[in-house]
Amino acid sequence: MAAPTLPRPQPDPQFVLRGTQSAVHALHFCREAQGQGCQLLLSGSLSGLVHVWSLQTRRALATLDGHEGQCVTWLQTLPHGHQLLSQGRDQRLCLWDLAEGRNAIVDSVHLKSVGFCRSTVLARAPPRWMLAMPGGGNDEVEILEMPSKTSVCTLKPEAGAKLGMPMCLELWQQADSSPRPRLLTGYEDGSVALWDVSERKVYSRIACHTEPVMGLDFDSQKSRGVSGSAEKALAVWSLDEQQALKVCRTHELTNPGIADVVIRPDRKLLATAGWDHRVRIFHWRTMKPLAVLDFHTSAVNCVAFASDGLLAAGSGDRRISVWSLYQCT
Amino acid sequence: MDPAPCSVRLAVRDAIRTLSSSEDGACISATLGSLKGYLGDAEGPPLPSEKAEFARLHFSPLLRCLVGRLSPDWLELLPAGQLEELWASFFLEGPADQAFLVLMEAIEGTAGPSYRLRKLAQLLERFLRAGRVAVLAAARCQQQTQPGSALLQETLLRKVACLPDLLSNRLQHESPALFLPQGYFPLLAEELVRALHTVADALRGGTDCSLAFASQLLGKVCIHGRRKQLLDVLVPRLAALTQDDGLWQRVCWHLMERVPDRAMEAVLMGLIEAAPGPEVLSRLLGSLVLKSKKAQYVMTRKALFQHQCTTAVLQSLLGYLAADSRRRPLLVQALKELLETWGSRSAVRHTPLSQQLHVAKAILVCLARLGEAELQDIREELLASMMAGIHNHLDSSLPSVRHLGMVVAEVLSARLHPEGPPLKFQYEEDELTRELLALVAPRPADGGPSASGLPTAPATTGTPADDGRDVGMPQGPPDGADSELDSDDEFVPYDMSGDQQLRSSKAPVYIRDCLEALLTSEDWERWEAALRAVQGLIYRSPAATREVSVELAQALLHMEEKTCVAGFEGLRRAGLVAITVTDPARVAEYLTAQFYALNYSLRQRMDILDVLTLAAHELSRPGRGSAASRRGAPGPGGRGEPALSGSQLSGVAPAGWRAVVEERIRNKTRRFSKGSSRLDPVCSPNEFNAVAGCFFFPLIQRFDRPLVTFDLLGDDHLVLGRLAHTLGALMYLAVNTTAALPMGRALLEFVWALRFHTDAYVRQGLLSAIASILLSIPKGQLLGGLAEELLEARAWLAGVAEEDPDGDCRALAVRALLLTEKLRDSFLPSLCP
Repeated sequence: MAAPTLPRPQPDPQFVLRGTQSAVHALHFCREAQGQGCQLLLSGSLSGLVHVWSLQTRRALATLDGHEGQCVTWLQTLPHGHQLLSQGRDQRLCLWDLAEGRNAIVDSVHLKSVGFCRSTVLARAPPRWMLAMPGGGNDEVEILEMPSKTSVCTLKPEAGAKLGMPMCLELWQQADSSPRPRLLTGYEDGSVALWDVSERKVYSRIACHTEPVMGLDFDSQKSRGVSGSAEKALAVWSLDEQQALKVCRTHELTNPGIADVVIRPDRKLLATAGWDHRVRIFHWRTMKPLAVLDFHTSAVNCVAFASDGLLAAGSGDRRISVWSLYQCT
Repeated sequence: MDPAPCSVRLAVRDAIRTLSSSEDGACISATLGSLKGYLGDAEGPPLPSEKAEFARLHFSPLLRCLVGRLSPDWLELLPAGQLEELWASFFLEGPADQAFLVLMEAIEGTAGPSYRLRKLAQLLERFLRAGRVAVLAAARCQQQTQPGSALLQETLLRKVACLPDLLSNRLQHESPALFLPQGYFPLLAEELVRALHTVADALRGGTDCSLAFASQLLGKVCIHGRRKQLLDVLVPRLAALTQDDGLWQRVCWHLMERVPDRAMEAVLMGLIEAAPGPEVLSRLLGSLVLKSKKAQYVMTRKALFQHQCTTAVLQSLLGYLAADSRRRPLLVQALKELLETWGSRSAVRHTPLSQQLHVAKAILVCLARLGEAELQDIREELLASMMAGIHNHLDSSLPSVRHLGMVVAEVLSARLHPEGPPLKFQYEEDELTRELLALVAPRPADGGPSASGLPTAPATTGTPADDGRDVGMPQGPPDGADSELDSDDEFVPYDMSGDQQLRSSKAPVYIRDCLEALLTSEDWERWEAALRAVQGLIYRSPAATREVSVELAQALLHMEEKTCVAGFEGLRRAGLVAITVTDPARVAEYLTAQFYALNYSLRQRMDILDVLTLAAHELSRPGRGSAASRRGAPGPGGRGEPALSGSQLSGVAPAGWRAVVEERIRNKTRRFSKGSSRLDPVCSPNEFNAVAGCFFFPLIQRFDRPLVTFDLLGDDHLVLGRLAHTLGALMYLAVNTTAALPMGRALLEFVWALRFHTDAYVRQGLLSAIASILLSIPKGQLLGGLAEELLEARAWLAGVAEEDPDGDCRALAVRALLLTEKLRDSFLPSLCP
């Protein structure tokens, strides 16, 4: 290699999507149902609308209005049947049918929680899937078997634990012989707990933050996860064979407040959405900072990666910026 | 009567008669041959007692006779230069002292260039080259002192030591290279070493010798200012000889001890300079410093306080004192005296900086050489001197003096209280402080070879450490635990320098809001945002600013740094300058009044001076006027923003579009004739013209009226120095203004009143003020209105240029003098050639 050159200048977004007319709080990439299946981006806004954006034309294809003007906090498509789940602050989880250009609510689940906690799904043997959502009690998580909506269990920390509300959830199962569903939960007191869903007990818990955990993501292959909180640091933790969580390292940030953390599907990059208006990109393996995307003028609420590596960030400034950095190989 | 001497006398008398009258070559040759018998060592007819008699009494007359006969005809009496050879052999083989004296006498007695002079010079050259001086010196050393020989010895010394001078008086341009000082003294050094060899051998043989002649010769040469040429050769030879030979060391010590007192200083200083290190010095001098009062005085006082030697010399000298336990009390004493001088108020004020630097260096070297226990013994005294010294140094207005004080105090207190919290001053590291600190850095153990490279030792130890750090840095935190195959090469980081602390967007938009936020805000974020915005707001809306200018200036002037804001001083000053530029008359009036008001700190008063200077600079900037008129409406981005404002507003100048458009037009336009396409600089009046007086006169009026809290003529001489500099700057910026002449007159009076101020910084300010008067006021007015004052000032300048202890003052005075010379030349071109 030649002598070290000047660092590359800060990148610009590939394009910016405008027109949600309110702050963006949820983002999700998916494939179009019909045709050649080009990439779509779904965004949920503060005004309760879900916009479906075509990344080809960069225009909104459709607008879904199902949350009575309340903020949409979470969007997730199911891997089968072109169905979309959206969670709103109207205490409803809506299941949309998007096949063949339809956009109708086919089902909905009532949420007992009024908090901001996003739900999570785990697709098991189709058409069955598992849904974890914040429960009615202050510190509970409810597990539902879908689509039958039968309650499997309620995960409640032992009395006196004082973990506070669940703030973020992540359902996963190990790919190996014993596919027992696990749930990672970030709590209000800054701790992350690993639940065994079938036995309804906490495997392990670590206090990795002093402020509420705002977002977490887990890389099941490397058994490593990352969480961000309202404080000034990211925590990277790992899960060993004894199912015990332990903190690997913390990464100090310039400004406090992380709203969301996402690991790219190829597990090479990590993106964080910061309250300081910036998206930070890290190399996931080494946690080396790679870029600070300073584009938005208000707090970034959510980030999402597409399967091809495209990154979208939604912010309180009503814009969605789409970035193409470090292409997937 | 002894028959032998009688026979010698008769023989010599006959020979002399023959020599002086005979023209027969054979006869002369035979006579000389028979006389030669008295010279040789061989067993022969003349008895040893006869030989001694001949050497003692008859040799000189014979030589004089021989010299007297010297002429071309006489030498050709025998063919092939036989006679000349025979003639010369008497000089080269006989007793060297007599031969030398006769030769010198003959040369001095010969008037003007002639054959005889040439021959004699050639003979002297042969004499020198044959090593006869060594023989002479050795003989003088081995001889027992005889009564009446003191005069002879003195004459010999004078002739040997001053040979180049004596000869060049006679020979003038025909001196051979050997007789020039640069040829003669190295030779003399070699001869001296050889003489000492003879002496040492004699001592080994059990013979008693006295080194007085050699010592006196050494002293004489050194006193005559040839010490460098002599000692540069002598010292390395002696250093090598004394390396591990006790006898030679004793010879050296005796040699040095016998040096007469009046020559001691010259010899010692030469030795210390020529010696490569303290070890060599110890070998050469022994305990001279304890035995000789004069040597002690030279080494512990004159060398440290009067001479300004290089660092290497200081290391040698103090290292010599530290090398022996009996000499160490002298080092302690020297340190005490040095510190006393260092701490003395009058020394700090009145000695030149180079001298102070020398004393500081000596202190630091002493400290590095002294042990813990020795320092603890005299701790109280050192502490007392240090406390006084710190105060006096910090009181000085010259930064280098302050730095000297800080460095010495830091090192000293670290040595006196090794366990306590270290004293640490805030100063910027520069060459001076680094050099000083290198003196106390632990050096490698002084072995023989390292002694020669003392000054380079810290440098060489420093580099490997630096290298190690450089290599260590880029490695970063190793992360080899996760051995995955993907390399990080594709993940080249982007520029992340923009990742700064987020500031809340509470910046005010209107100048009145800004003022209100600055005055009352308890919300520090808002306060900081207002402080950051104030300069931009002022330049964007000058009209609105003028309504509140004085209030705003007041707010900024009284502002305290409530929170730790990066660049607080700069922001505040930029704000104040902006207000002063926007509304010069009123704000300047306010600021100058505040300068002499009661309740301000020195810092605030100096800020006022800075602000006034910067604002005056901004106002007097050419081309500023037109820019200001164009600024009129508060457009986006504030075109024509003053250069001083920096990048407070938007970083990229939006006015760039105009240049782009003009460039395009120029590219698309075909011109048939090329004229000057360059825009002439816009002419505009100096905006400072109208307000120069408002800046200047209130400042200069009241400097001699002390307040309770502020006494310019007393303790606050730092501010007085700043005031003098500021007035000079204002004067300079008032070039081409109508107020220049009265300003100049007032300033000259100010300078006259303070011209003998003790503080160098104040004097520097006054001198630069004089220079700016000379530069700013038109020549005609200067001579018409201020001629008398200028003449007086010129006399003062001449005095300062010659006598001021401060180097900067002298340089400034010389510059001002040059300006007055130029002024005179421009009016009286005929008077100066």
